[in-house]
Amino acid sequence: MLRIDREIYDEIVAHARRDHPDEACGIVAGSEGSDRPTRFVPMLNAARSPTFYEFDSADLLALYKELDANEEEPVVVYHSHTATEAYPSRTDISYASEPNAHYVLVSTREEQSTEFRSFRIVDGVVTEEPVEIL
Amino acid sequence: MAIEVKIPTILRTYTGGAKSVDAKGDTLSALIDDLDANHAGLKGRLITEDGNLHRFVNIYVNDEDVRFTGSLETALSDGDAVTILPAVAGGSR
Repeated sequence: MLRIDREIYDEIVAHARRDHPDEACGIVAGSEGSDRPTRFVPMLNAARSPTFYEFDSADLLALYKELDANEEEPVVVYHSHTATEAYPSRTDISYASEPNAHYVLVSTREEQSTEFRSFRIVDGVVTEEPVEIL
Repeated sequence: MAIEVKIPTILRTYTGGAKSVDAKGDTLSALIDDLDANHAGLKGRLITEDGNLHRFVNIYVNDEDVRFTGSLETALSDGDAVTILPAVAGGSR
């Protein structure tokens, strides 16, 4: 299960809405091993695309240095789908490589409501999990 | 000649859980062969069957993405620092 503060949940949704129709992406960091997402870190989608996202390679290195220095890890890795459901695509699955992360998908395809779902993706196997907003 | 190589979480199964290991080589290609000699299987996670750097990983030498410095032919020298990170990417297709 993903347990996430309301404030961070709202920030993820706001980021996805702001970048619509392009995909938005980022992480929520937390102390290593804690499984508690506490620090919202929006990232630039270097692809600036409605169907693809990627962290810029220099941004990625800077992010991991910062996480290392803080003894943090990416507890949540999030991105949005802007025209399809909030479910990991084949591309998402092939890239997913943080075995401890909750992969959050947000869909902004509906203007009035936002889908927010969380998944574990390990060795290509997707498992949806409940989301508890604190 | 020892070069420190930082290993991401997903590949630590190959290094007995170690976050960084020492390796040697005067090019990135040689370094990866040396890594694989001590941590069998690691090479297959970094390099494709046709011998190119896998698109799912980024490798940096002293903070430079090797895609901009000659890829696997990037020269290394003593004291360089190598960082391997999984690319974070995806999309709706």
